[in-house]
Amino acid sequence: MTEFLQQLVNGLSLGAIYALIALGYTMVYGVLRFINFAHSDVFMVGAFAGYYIGRQLPPETLGGGLVALVGGMLACALLGVVIEKLAYRPLRGRSTLTVLITAIGVSLLLQNLGQRVFGANPRSFPQLFPSHEFHFDGMVISSAQLAVFIVTLLLLFALRWIVMSTRIGTAMRALSFNPTAASLVGINNDFVISCTFALGSALAGAGGILYALNYPSIDPLMGTLPGLKAFVAAVLGGIGNIPGAAAGGLLLGLIETVVVALGGSTYRDAVAFGVLILILLLRPGGLLGRLQTEKV
Amino acid sequence: MNKRFSVLLPVMAGVTLLLAACSQSGSPGAAGVADTIKIGEFASLTGKEAAFGQSSHKGTLLAIEELNAAGGVLGKRIDFIYEDNRSSPGESATIAKKLITRDRVVALLGEVASGRSLEAAPIAQSSQVPMISPSSTNPKVTETGDYIFRVCFTDPFQGQLLSGFARQTLKAQKIAIFADVSAPYSMGLAQYFREPFVAGGGQVVAEQKYTGGDKDFKAQLTAIKAQNPDAIMVPGYYTDVGLIVAQARQLGIKVPMFGGDGWEAPELIQIAGTALEDTYYSTHFSPENSDPVVQKFVAAYKAKFNGETPDAMAALGYDSAMVLADAIRRAGTTDGPKLRDAIAATKGYAGVTGATTLDAQRNASKPAVIITVKDGKFKYLETVAP
Repeated sequence: MTEFLQQLVNGLSLGAIYALIALGYTMVYGVLRFINFAHSDVFMVGAFAGYYIGRQLPPETLGGGLVALVGGMLACALLGVVIEKLAYRPLRGRSTLTVLITAIGVSLLLQNLGQRVFGANPRSFPQLFPSHEFHFDGMVISSAQLAVFIVTLLLLFALRWIVMSTRIGTAMRALSFNPTAASLVGINNDFVISCTFALGSALAGAGGILYALNYPSIDPLMGTLPGLKAFVAAVLGGIGNIPGAAAGGLLLGLIETVVVALGGSTYRDAVAFGVLILILLLRPGGLLGRLQTEKV
Repeated sequence: MNKRFSVLLPVMAGVTLLLAACSQSGSPGAAGVADTIKIGEFASLTGKEAAFGQSSHKGTLLAIEELNAAGGVLGKRIDFIYEDNRSSPGESATIAKKLITRDRVVALLGEVASGRSLEAAPIAQSSQVPMISPSSTNPKVTETGDYIFRVCFTDPFQGQLLSGFARQTLKAQKIAIFADVSAPYSMGLAQYFREPFVAGGGQVVAEQKYTGGDKDFKAQLTAIKAQNPDAIMVPGYYTDVGLIVAQARQLGIKVPMFGGDGWEAPELIQIAGTALEDTYYSTHFSPENSDPVVQKFVAAYKAKFNGETPDAMAALGYDSAMVLADAIRRAGTTDGPKLRDAIAATKGYAGVTGATTLDAQRNASKPAVIITVKDGKFKYLETVAP
């Protein structure tokens, strides 16, 4: 029983990280109907930003940790805006396929630039927050795992609030319904899109730092696999749907943990991507999504 | 045959000459005519196992420098050409091909990881260029062919000594094994550990696997914890091992954990820190050894690389180049087959990792040391003779 509960905690905490990255994917897709494959590399840059900022601060303090977290998110927001301006804006109005391929290009550029700038060697990530382990009847939860839960929940609600209840959120939704009509009623499309990218990339930055806190070895290629898993999670939950991304992430984390716990650790990734294929075959709109005819 | 044809037919003579030229350019004999001896190295200078590659490379670099300072080998300077394979699969074969056909090296040194040595070995073998691996311990590496050697012990020996260590020193009866399914080194070592351990009355209560580069090991570790082992064997490489040990301790697994020479890198301590108390690994070399040969090497290494203390990979990198130079001297030539025979005849060479004798399977048999981690530092525990 203890083993089962511990595996449940393991699965949920892994899933919470997938959920956090998936939120960023889904956010950009929801507004622009385009999958930003560079998202997983912005995630990596977030981890490195946290690494460089964290080394300047006193380790294992709540204040220092929060500064590194916010600093990493800001750095990624800025990077997201720059990427959008340089790579995606010139392609506005072209087919989604063109933009999609450009996104893959940006992703490769960031990975290889990362190897050039940060070096290809894995580095150990500093312990930013005070760490503690909570024991319940043989079960263990670390403070880093809890932090992922809390931050993911907070960001989930913050995101929902921004999209549903603020002026900029209303503008984002308007843009997603009909960009031409949105600009006709006086919405500055460029600004709204920049904001969307800033927000999505900040989420990736937070994800990168929290991931590195849980698995403290970072390298320039670290984003690829979690990024792909988060993409699966976003599709699983229904891409474009914010609560769906969170649910998809948690579900995927649980599925992976169950596979490993049953002794199939070598099939972990195969099962995760098998889920993607199954969901696309059986319920292409995702678990919480509505099915729309869409060209990607 | 060729000779008779060339006398008969001038055209045939041309073809024969061309063929002869081709075969010569492919063979190391061509380089022997030049006034330098070209030695090639392929190493993981960046990427996942860079700490190993860098150490090994620095050791080799030091050896070449010392050899050249002493007037080279056979009166010729050594021209050392090295390439980085970024620790990624598929690169080593390309590099070996380039070093042999374009740079015309007379011998190859490399690699730390068995998987990548196995990529380059068939190319060295078919080009008749001797290859010496400094620290690939998987037996398959030298089984590739009679041109492939190593200056370190093999995994069957390492597995056996770890099984003795687990039973006698750790007093462990029930062991869990957690191996990297993507690394031949890890899977091999796990197997060579299991056989003598089970034969000696021990019990393997759990076997879990991971893929090198994974970050989350908690699900496997939770399953291992449920079996209550006396100790856990993790025959992996340091990047993964660091995360595994840290996550195991987080989950409240307090039993000793141990592994092989894949653990040895300062990065292990950076990643896992205090979680490493009560962990052990077997390796090839300890800088705390008082042998004058070792102390001279440690001093020279520290002087060259800003006071850095050499580890086992550095020592083996050094020995691989020295064993090669010794063989070239004894062969009196850098011609492939003759050099091969000279390397194969290496007997009792006094290297920094102990007396090196190459057996009929082209493997070195030499003592191993067990290292433990105390207060965030590697500490010598004991020496195990072959």
